[in-house]
Amino acid sequence: MCLGIPGQIVSITDEALQTGVVQVSGVKREANLSCVVPADGNLQSLVGSWALVHVGFAMSIIDEEEVQRTLQILAEIGELQEELDAMQHGA
Amino acid sequence: MKYVDEFRDPDMAKRVLERIHAVVEEIPVTRDRPLQIMEVCGGHTHSIFRYGLEELLPDKIEMVHGPGCPVCVLPMGRVDDCVAIAEQPDVIFTTFGDAMRVPGSRKSLQQANSDGCDVRMVYSPMDALDIARKNPHKNVVFFGLGFETTMPSTALTLLQADREGITNFSLFCNHITIIPTIKAILDSPDMVIDGFLGPGHVSMVIGSAPYEFIAGHYKRPLVIAGFEPLDILQSMLMVVEQIKAGRAQVENQYKRIVPEQGNSNALKAVGEVFELREFFEWRGLGSIDHSGVRIREKYARFDAERIFAVEPAHVADPKACQCGEVLKGVLKPWECKLFGEQCNPETPIGALMVSTEGACSAYYSYGKIDIRQAV
Repeated sequence: MCLGIPGQIVSITDEALQTGVVQVSGVKREANLSCVVPADGNLQSLVGSWALVHVGFAMSIIDEEEVQRTLQILAEIGELQEELDAMQHGA
Repeated sequence: MKYVDEFRDPDMAKRVLERIHAVVEEIPVTRDRPLQIMEVCGGHTHSIFRYGLEELLPDKIEMVHGPGCPVCVLPMGRVDDCVAIAEQPDVIFTTFGDAMRVPGSRKSLQQANSDGCDVRMVYSPMDALDIARKNPHKNVVFFGLGFETTMPSTALTLLQADREGITNFSLFCNHITIIPTIKAILDSPDMVIDGFLGPGHVSMVIGSAPYEFIAGHYKRPLVIAGFEPLDILQSMLMVVEQIKAGRAQVENQYKRIVPEQGNSNALKAVGEVFELREFFEWRGLGSIDHSGVRIREKYARFDAERIFAVEPAHVADPKACQCGEVLKGVLKPWECKLFGEQCNPETPIGALMVSTEGACSAYYSYGKIDIRQAV
């Protein structure tokens, strides 16, 4: 029910209604962008951004830096575990 | 798919799992009993079963599948109200697909549709508003349900209807809030939860601050988690690392989506349209104070509850049903007397058998039913 799916904002349809077109896995559909309108109100600046789409509403702009940071942490967990394994087997 | 595949890497999952196993071994309490970790959100329940994560976790971690499936916790009386509205002349009743099969005491919305009511599934509340625009002589009602994730979408749709001066659209508001429910579970005397995976998409709306009492007052760790397998495993690792270190903090694994302060535009729309109800009835858990919202007086003309004079009727949960105990982690799904026999996904009796996000349905559908014979 609370699930969302990443989609790319490809165009703005209506500035007043705050709607645009998002593309999710190749499928395009109209979405409401009210929740992700930037502080300066410039909707056009959203084109190209990726957002989490839930029931036809873009709910959060995906933070690319945080994506990389999370993947980096995961990689480090993997490396740590590998090192521990090596220590154990080497002992 | 971008931002999805990266978080499904099986090799990486294996390493994180190894780390979880190693950390859990160092937690002394697990020598006497397993840790009980609750995933609050039904979306997490679904992912955990879909990817078989529970099987891969150490035996010393038991997952408790929480109340965060809005369809599952919808009381029978509310479904009866939906059917009663759908049966009114000139009504088009619109709903998310998930709610179609939820049993009421008389019938489900799907049965009402077969019996001649105009019940339509929509993907978005905006689609319901569009049906209203195209059918000016019908009363189009949207069944608003879900947690804080979904509330902004219905609030914004209602505000849009207001701006356009649409008079044949209304909202049957059954939105619920997660925080009072987590608190009710923590206050329950038979509660045995050691830590929480926090609901990712609720949190993208409300932020992380509302959970602070769980760490501060109840001394339980909570990690806001994403929905892909690596998200869930990393969050689980963060929870057990906190337990190992004797910490209880709110942490956020899902920072790519969840800003600390939540979404101010969404919260503004929600605050404009909705106010807290004194209490709301949950299937399996009973009445919980301030756990639901209703439409403010200012927008009464869009409120189906007022328009159709719905008097929320209390319909008791079926007697033998033990969903409440399962929700609190006191019973495993297969330990319920009804599991798999009278109560199954085709003919659900209890809340948790209704949706694929419900714990009982997940156990049933993913072959866990054999466990019952094993116990």
